[in-house]
Amino acid sequence: MIPNEPPLTPDLIDAHGIKPDEYQKILDLIGREPSFTELGIFSAMWNEHCSYKSSKRWLKTLPTTGPRVIQGPGENAGVVDIGDGQTVVFKMESHNHPSYIEPYQGAATGVGGILRDIFTMGARPIAAMNALRFGAPEHEKTRHLVSGVVAGVGGYGNSFGVPTVGGEVEFDARYNGNILVNAFAAGLADADKIFYSEAKGVGLPVVYLGAKTGRDGVGGATMASAEFGDDIDQKRPTVQVGDPFTEKRLLDACLELMQTGAVIAIQDMGAAGLTCSAVEMGAKGNLGIELDLDCVPVREENMSAYEMMLSESQERMLMVLHPEKEAEARAVFEKWELDFATVGKTTDDLKFRVLWHGTEMANLPIKELGDEAPEYDRPWKVPARPAYEIDLVGEHPDIADALLEMLGSPALSSRRWVYEQYDTLIQGNSLQTPGGDAGVVRVDGHPTKALAFSSDVTPRYCEADPFEGGKQAVAECWRNITATGAEPLAATDNLNFGNPEKPEIMGQLVMAIKGIGEACDALDFPIVSGNVSLYNETNGVGILPTPTIAGVGLIPDYARMARTGFAAEGQPILLAGALPNWGTHLGQSLYARQFFDRADGAPPPVDLQFEQIVGDFVRSLIREGSVSACHDCSDGGLAISLAEMALAGNIGATINDLESGAQSRAARFFGEDQARYVLTLNTTPGSAEHEAIANRAHDLGIFMPLIGITGGQSLKLGEARAISLSELRQAHEGWFPHFMAAE
Amino acid sequence: MQCAVIAFPGSNRDRDMIAAVTKISGKPPIVVWHKDSELPSVDVVIVPGGFSYGDYLRSGAIAARSPMMKEVARAAERGVSILGVCNGFQILTEAGLLPGTLMRNASLKFVCKTIELEVVNASTRFTNLYRAGQVIRCPVAHHDGNYFADDETLARIENNEQVAFRYANGTNPNGSLNDIAGILNDRKNVLGMMPHPENLIEPAHGGTDGRPLFEALLETVNA
Repeated sequence: MIPNEPPLTPDLIDAHGIKPDEYQKILDLIGREPSFTELGIFSAMWNEHCSYKSSKRWLKTLPTTGPRVIQGPGENAGVVDIGDGQTVVFKMESHNHPSYIEPYQGAATGVGGILRDIFTMGARPIAAMNALRFGAPEHEKTRHLVSGVVAGVGGYGNSFGVPTVGGEVEFDARYNGNILVNAFAAGLADADKIFYSEAKGVGLPVVYLGAKTGRDGVGGATMASAEFGDDIDQKRPTVQVGDPFTEKRLLDACLELMQTGAVIAIQDMGAAGLTCSAVEMGAKGNLGIELDLDCVPVREENMSAYEMMLSESQERMLMVLHPEKEAEARAVFEKWELDFATVGKTTDDLKFRVLWHGTEMANLPIKELGDEAPEYDRPWKVPARPAYEIDLVGEHPDIADALLEMLGSPALSSRRWVYEQYDTLIQGNSLQTPGGDAGVVRVDGHPTKALAFSSDVTPRYCEADPFEGGKQAVAECWRNITATGAEPLAATDNLNFGNPEKPEIMGQLVMAIKGIGEACDALDFPIVSGNVSLYNETNGVGILPTPTIAGVGLIPDYARMARTGFAAEGQPILLAGALPNWGTHLGQSLYARQFFDRADGAPPPVDLQFEQIVGDFVRSLIREGSVSACHDCSDGGLAISLAEMALAGNIGATINDLESGAQSRAARFFGEDQARYVLTLNTTPGSAEHEAIANRAHDLGIFMPLIGITGGQSLKLGEARAISLSELRQAHEGWFPHFMAAE
Repeated sequence: MQCAVIAFPGSNRDRDMIAAVTKISGKPPIVVWHKDSELPSVDVVIVPGGFSYGDYLRSGAIAARSPMMKEVARAAERGVSILGVCNGFQILTEAGLLPGTLMRNASLKFVCKTIELEVVNASTRFTNLYRAGQVIRCPVAHHDGNYFADDETLARIENNEQVAFRYANGTNPNGSLNDIAGILNDRKNVLGMMPHPENLIEPAHGGTDGRPLFEALLETVNA
């Protein structure tokens, strides 16, 4: 007889996020009423966050394999071959709900969680990124949230010792009540030393390692699977508290332990803690698991079985070990002053059993809890597509003023205030730090190899057209990686959406996944890991659909790598992938928002075949050593790219007037057409080398005109007045620190 | 020259330091665990950066009281060269091997960027490959680098040429008194500095301004 305190009522079941039909499923499955502890376990395993019940059907359609993919989705992180017997292990994960409730700890534990996913696989973390989205700058909570989240990301990552090499920071009123904190991490591991979560062997010890279990984070995953209301402040106890010092020791201890050959299976305790890790290990290995909670190291007294099973205390791991190596394993953890306790064993009965004070508190079928959890085919509605063209009345009278205003806007201003709070240099391998197209880190121990990392999505495009927006997120990530000279290898997706029970929201999710899938297929850029965050709504208002794509690329020789800054004076500036009539697309552009308060029109479409042709050509030019600087065109268009290149290199440029008949001047400089890169060449305009490269572009069907020349200390766009670099810099660097200082 | 790098739980620039020493001297340093009670016989001891013991209590305070730091203090008395960088500098001040203390940055925020350093005293075993007054680039990455000492101590270390490095050209990132970035002990065989010369030793780092410090200290190049 399993004790049931307190007795289950419809309200209690509802408070666990379990819908009546799901409760019926539980009754059918176990043939009796669940215990209170069991109800907690079901709510932990069957919530959206852990089970992907609304998204699974669609996630299955994504391309996840390729010649370099060693491990796709389903493990703690994806694993991709980078040659020489080495792999890169990476994933991105959201910590949105906790970060809104308690920004410092929410963001810190988001970083901690993703780092743990990486070293659980046996990889040493070498790079981190984070994609942050906040409400409107003028919203009363925004400054507080920016300050707390950035400090939390830095506080954890800096102390742990991983360089933060890239990311995004964006503001939009649609995130007022639901910010997004998407944390990415990547690590290096030898291909023959990857560790997995699948338990193997009956009667083997299940070992608990790391920090002690407390009451923090109880019910966190369930909280993250519901919308927010006005009772938000009452949810603070569901946020976990991070300790990067313990995490650093856990990393060192785990990597040391893995070398002893003692580890059969390993799973970190993330969302839903002990429950989720034990069930996953058992279910994947077709084994039962029996846990004796009296053996679990605790830091609080009188914890119930329910609390221990749902605690999300951080910095904990579960492993299945070879019994004969247990003593050796214990010695490693004692050296690092971390807890080590045998808390259970594997069984052959496919049951998940939990003992507490000598009583069986749970006895559930493990497969149905884990990899056979319920799945939904939720109704969805194809979103209406907006009109392609927008008709702007007039244009900004002065291109130079327009550029300055845009550079100094919340959307485009420098993020230096943010990234200077992150250690971007630790480990001594950072070749490109935030502010460029992609972060680049060389591969420790290899003479020439490096990895490029970029995280991208344009939520306003996704809102207007989720399919095109999904494609664009993948294409921009691929393009940013390509702009360094890297070959894009694979990506991880972090899909942030509203309430999937609304057919319109479900339609956004479905169409975005379709767009992502089409782009990943076309660009040979498989998705190898990811995370879905739904119910990002407060009082019924959903966020902008935000499918963040973070990708990894390989640079075989970092001596042939491109950076964004102009490198020398007198070099030709080319626009690769230009349209014959220059930029045309102002729908969904920042220009239209900034000066006309227009947020309509279609996002710029992505021609995936053309994207690949242009990208492959640009990459080959970089690898030949012909390119001295390279930057993609994205938010804000050509003018913004040119300004960023000038500022990064501290060299000005003179740009031709780009005559194109009836096209507006604004569209030429601020249109956001895709598949475009600005390049400079290691030669002079009109030289034989320049001509040869232009001819090759022409033969490939790529329009790559000369648009100007580098030099001087100002940027002159066509007929507009020249803007000095110091004026540009002041505009670009000014907004963020002023905003944060509330000046 | 034989060199040892001390590792504490929570050290995280130990690997950067080991890489720098190995690349510059061709010889990997001995890595000494904080619980070891004996320091091997070495010419140079380096206390690397990081967050020893999570920087709990105060930065460097707990590490300063570990058994190994007693050994390091004895080595300093014998005249062994001791270099503390970042958290290592904090540990050396907490251990009483260097005067003053490092408070939270004036901005109250962690700061990671490249700053400029003036070499103030170029006639030490650490700095003799630089010129006095030379301005070099160097990265910083810290939360608690705001150097403070009382007036008397400050006057003493200034008069006694114990200031090795100063932040130059308005790049003081943390509010340190007198723009102090690195100081020596009275005998000039112990140097503590907040900036990270180990992260600027090869072209891939974007410069090699940190290299001469190691070349001088490890005597791979003669002054």
